[in-house]
Order: sequence, then C-alpha cells, then structure tokens
Amino acid sequence: MPSSDMIMYEEEFQQIRGILQKLKDEANAKMVFLVDKNGQQIAYNGDINNLDTTSLASLTAGNVAATDGLARLIGEKEFTVLFHEGERDNIHISIVGRRVILVIIFDERSSLGLVRLRVRKASGELEGVFNRILEKVEKEKEAGSGYESPFAEITDEDIDSLFSE
Amino acid sequence: MTFINYAAREINCKIVYYGPGLGGKTTNLQWIYDKTNPAAKGKMISLATETDRTLFFDFLPLDLGTVKGFKVRFHLYTVPGQVFYDASRKLILKGVDAIILVADSQIERMDANEESVYNLKQNLKEQSYNLANIPYVLQLNKRDLPNITPVEEMTKILKQKEEPVFEAIASKGVGVFDTLKTCAKLTLQELRKNT
Repeated sequence: MPSSDMIMYEEEFQQIRGILQKLKDEANAKMVFLVDKNGQQIAYNGDINNLDTTSLASLTAGNVAATDGLARLIGEKEFTVLFHEGERDNIHISIVGRRVILVIIFDERSSLGLVRLRVRKASGELEGVFNRILEKVEKEKEAGSGYESPFAEITDEDIDSLFSE
Repeated sequence: MTFINYAAREINCKIVYYGPGLGGKTTNLQWIYDKTNPAAKGKMISLATETDRTLFFDFLPLDLGTVKGFKVRFHLYTVPGQVFYDASRKLILKGVDAIILVADSQIERMDANEESVYNLKQNLKEQSYNLANIPYVLQLNKRDLPNITPVEEMTKILKQKEEPVFEAIASKGVGVFDTLKTCAKLTLQELRKNT
C-alpha cells in the first residue's frame, strides 16, 4: 500500500469537533463537514436532518479529485478553494494540509468573505491536529504498542458472521 | 486506504469495480442496491451521461455489521469503462482497498477485457500500487449470452494471480453477491494480515 491507513483517535476527534463547532458559529454557517480525500466522512457540525452525509462526502471527494486533475493539467499543484453558489445555499470547499477537505454550507445569513476569513483560521488549527495524529501513529508504530487494531484478533468466524443472514 | 475511526468505532473500506465499457459494473451495483436491506445501505449515486453511461462513478455505501465492536462499512465504486475516461478512472482508484474486475464474456469483447486489465495495472502502478498485493476478484459477466468465450479460455487469458473467479449474469443477480462477499472477505483478511 502506498499510503498508510488513516486512523482517528478519540482525543483528536474531540478537538476536531470543537474546531468545527467554533467555525460553524463564527462563520454563521448552516453546516460544516470534514471529509478525507477518499470520500470518507471524518466529522461534522450543524443540522444534518435531511442531508445524506455519506453521499455528500463521496461527491465532495470526487469533485476535489476532478478539480485536482484539472489543476495539474494546467500546471498548478492544486486549487485550494472551490465555491459553488446556489439560489439559497452555497458550498465552500477547501483543502486542509493537502490531506482533508473542509466543506461549509451557508446561506444569506453569512457571506463568502466571512466564510473565507474563518476557514483560514480553522484550517491552521485543523492542520495542527492532523499533524499530531500523524506523529502519534508514527510514534506508536515505532514503539510497537498503542491502540490495538480491531483486526489483530479477528477470526475467520468473525468475518463469516458478517455475511450470514 | 482503510479509514479506522476509533472515536466513532468504524472501519471504512473502498472496493472498486473495474472493467471494459458496457461490461456490467453499474448493473452489479444496481443489483446489490436493489437487494440489500434498506437499513444496511445508503443512497446509490450514479454520475452518468444522458444515455446512462457512467460518466465519473457510481457509489454505494454498504454496512456489513460489526466485528470486534467496530462497524464495518464498504464503499463500492464503479469506474467509467469507456477508454477515453482514463483520467477519471485514475482518480477513483485513489485509496482503493480491493478491486473487482467485471469482464464481458462476449467473444467480441475479449480484446476490451484484456485492454482493461492492462489499463488497471498501469493505473495502479502510477499510484505505486501493485495488483499482486491488492485483494482482487475476477467476474466473468453475461454468461447467459449466446456468443461467449468459454470460462477456461477467459480465465487463462485474464487471470492475473490466484484470484477467485466467478461466473455471473449481473442483470439477473447471478454471481453478484458471491463476487462481492468474496472480495469483502479478502479485504478484511488483508487488513488482518497488515496488523
């Protein structure tokens, strides 16, 4: 495998949730999402009652991947911000630390300028958290200890039981 | 790239359906979507052209249940099979955990099958993957059509390693779940191996 698996720990998860909560409040946004570049949802904050968040994550990642491809075609490393304007709601998408995607959904109660301003600050904080996660993973790998993978003791029966219905 | 979330106690894996255009990748996903318990599946997304050809990808999230207290979730993707969508195929292969190659059994599509396998290997290589190390299943689809290549011949030509081979009629659901289950099992076994 070219890249190591992504791991999310409880402590950093809570920090990320705190940052998203603050970002949503300060940007006057409806929803804030964090998605990894492969389309898996990491965390969110806001009212998601009628929103299919799994689809949102997958489509966002597809969108960012396609835009990345476009960027490289014209000799750019990446486009760090995507903005989609709708009649009521708008979506602001940005890349954090080249690793994860930050999605903000907002309406007329906020503005693009405010969102951009708040995103910049939150991005720095999020990047710090993800760097800490990476360090932690590395450290635990070296020490050969740390979180036990749920798969270390998985048996064939466990796997079979997932498919018996 | 598997995503293990200790906070939410979730494991997410990505399976990609690869293969030549009109081979039945989307049909596989559609059958799985139609026949899965509503509680276990999310919405199926198809980014298709007006003529129902896959333009970017199809996507179906599937919950399998829990293992050791972790919720196991598979994200199924298809790639667009048509040759000129290669840039999109490369994007979808990013972070892949396992691959199902859906081959078209019709005699006249054997060249397209071979080309697709070759293309898969090339695209994986570009991203520093090696097909030899990725859980991989070969599905021989459209076995109900009259003008098909014999299984032995297809296997001989298309088989890449010791991968499991399934005969299928995706439009009628034959072999669809067998293929998926085997691939999911291989994925979980690979995860175990890496821990």
